[in-house]
Amino acid sequence: MTTLLLIEHDNKKLALSNYHLLTAASKLTEEIDVIIIGYQCESVVKEAQKLPRIKKVLVANASCYEHQLAENCSELIVSLAKNYQYIMASANTTGKNCLPRVAAMLDLAMVSDVVNIISSDTFERYMYAGNALATVSTKEPIKILTIRQTAFAKAAIDINQTIPVDNIDIIIPDSLATFVKQELTKTTRPELTAAKIIVSGGRGFKSAENFKLLEKLADQLGAAIGASRAAVDAGFAPNDYQVGQTGKVVAPDLYIAIGISGAIQHLAGMKDSKVIVAINQDPDAPIFAVSDYGLVADLFDALVEIENNIKDK
Amino acid sequence: MMKILVTVKRVVDYTVSIRVKDDQSGVDTANVKMSMNPFDEIAVEEALRLKEQGIASEVVAVSIGLPVCQETLRSALSMGVDRAILVETDLNIEPLSAAKIFKAIALQESPQLIILGKQAIDTDYNQTGQMLAGLLNWPQGTFASKMVVDKNSVQVTREIEGGLETLLLQLPAVITTDLRLNKPRYPSLPMIMQAKQKPFQVIQAATLQLDLQPRLKIVKVVSPQRKRAGIKVGSVKELLDRLKNETQVWQ
Ligand SMILES: Cc1cc2nc3c(=O)[nH]c(=O)nc-3n(C[C@H](O)[C@H](O)[C@H](O)COP(=O)(O)OP(=O)(O)OC[C@H]3O[C@@H](n4cnc5c(N)ncnc54)[C@H](O)[C@@H]3O)c2cc1C
Ligand SMILES: Nc1ncnc2c1ncn2[C@@H]1O[C@H](COP(=O)(O)O)[C@@H](O)[C@H]1O
Repeated sequence: MTTLLLIEHDNKKLALSNYHLLTAASKLTEEIDVIIIGYQCESVVKEAQKLPRIKKVLVANASCYEHQLAENCSELIVSLAKNYQYIMASANTTGKNCLPRVAAMLDLAMVSDVVNIISSDTFERYMYAGNALATVSTKEPIKILTIRQTAFAKAAIDINQTIPVDNIDIIIPDSLATFVKQELTKTTRPELTAAKIIVSGGRGFKSAENFKLLEKLADQLGAAIGASRAAVDAGFAPNDYQVGQTGKVVAPDLYIAIGISGAIQHLAGMKDSKVIVAINQDPDAPIFAVSDYGLVADLFDALVEIENNIKDK
Repeated sequence: MMKILVTVKRVVDYTVSIRVKDDQSGVDTANVKMSMNPFDEIAVEEALRLKEQGIASEVVAVSIGLPVCQETLRSALSMGVDRAILVETDLNIEPLSAAKIFKAIALQESPQLIILGKQAIDTDYNQTGQMLAGLLNWPQGTFASKMVVDKNSVQVTREIEGGLETLLLQLPAVITTDLRLNKPRYPSLPMIMQAKQKPFQVIQAATLQLDLQPRLKIVKVVSPQRKRAGIKVGSVKELLDRLKNETQVWQ
């Protein structure tokens, strides 16, 4: 039994999600190949060669793969699929874009957003914004899965190994779609999905100007910044800060929700955090029902006080 | 001018606090408020705007499921959709089956654009649009937050992990909507009245000659444990003290 993992990367670096994906994959099969589809991605290949427990690093390195478009990447994966019993990727925008297309081209059903592996063909996943946990089994000959990063521990790299590379020279030009541009949010803070501490703000901040108050606290704590949908829609924060059913799913050691009411769609993205703190002026806000520590207070007063206290130490 | 197909799924309304059935067979949907999947409302809205801009000539809505899905299609017609197709079935329709049905409809209707929601908020699969694009061998613009449609192409801005990505897709193409694409309109009373006169076609899924048998088995559905015995603290100082003394996360 062999698994193929689709590696998430930006042609320069291996994304952290891959280490979690690998942990999930190693619960299923002994043999794991990874595939890197990209262009001028030599540094990614070098990093991938240090991934523990893998057998082969497949590399499709060509200009037509630079932007990892779903159309030709899927076709490439489909051409390799018959060698594998599992094809897996992280359940983020890259994996979710590509693998369902692959599955359909192979006439296979797939299981998305897996949070637990029960057996070789049975998995757990959430439905209804995290309010129902389903156990799903599949008899498909190739099991196609996307894996929720926060549900699996991070595998450690093995610096002493250099796994062999297998170059794939199948070139699939893409005539259907062309890349135009990318606008990435610039930040020096930790990635949301990898951060140990997240400070997250909601509509309670009332303006983009006020939302900036969170930055100071985030800097003091070395935290990432998250946001509710309401805060994103109101333009307080960029869209990729959104935590929730339709945004990012996070599970940091500490999640501090400030001025967030706690709608189920928001809870879906953060309720597995180890410790949850909520600051809200409304004592009946639903966020308190999932919080370990709740402070009923005006957020602006509380923020100042927290910052001063941290400074004093 | 082009025809646009939009897909609309009937789901438990997003404000409903769902209950998992005691026998673990699924979620109780009897007597709960049902609505059009919010992402599909966004799909409908986008198609209507393209019609209002003179880019599209006709907007057709499709839903798959039990006869009650007529209600969802009526909502789409009330928003301004021209025509509705219900593909009737009592099978549990998984994303692959939905994609096969939408492909069959697309081959009959020849739309230039098919707009779906990025995910159905009941099963949260996030697969159908990508599957449909794969089956049709059309380009896909998933998680779209902006669309600019031309005669032969569509420029889509997508919400991706670290920000935004813009792609140019040749038509025909498949789009899936993200929350920030637009704000859906409410149906007006005259539109609700007009909706009753609009063409409404019912197709039995069985007549499409597709393999729609479910491939996934739902072994059980449970309510995840949650709810913490959380405490309310009296002050910022108490909060920080407790974090320091009772958890390992705060140094
Ligand atoms: C299909 C769909 C998907 C969605 N996906 C997501 C998602 O992924 N993520 C997400 O977050 N939401 C999502 N939502 C939206 C969700 O339903 C809520 O609308 C949203 O989470 C509310 O954001 P909020 O808590 O910031 O705003 P509100 O609900 O308005 O809450 C603001 C809170 O701030 C408090 N407050 C105000 N002023 C102060 C003050 N001075 N001091 C202290 N507290 C104060 C108030 O008491 C209130 O509790 C989705 C909705 C739909 C329909
Ligand atoms: N039974 C259905 N009827 C109508 N549309 C559907 C159905 N199933 C899926 N869809 C469409 O596919 C999108 C994505 O669904 P999913 O892949 O299940 O998350 C939804 O937002 C709908 O637009």
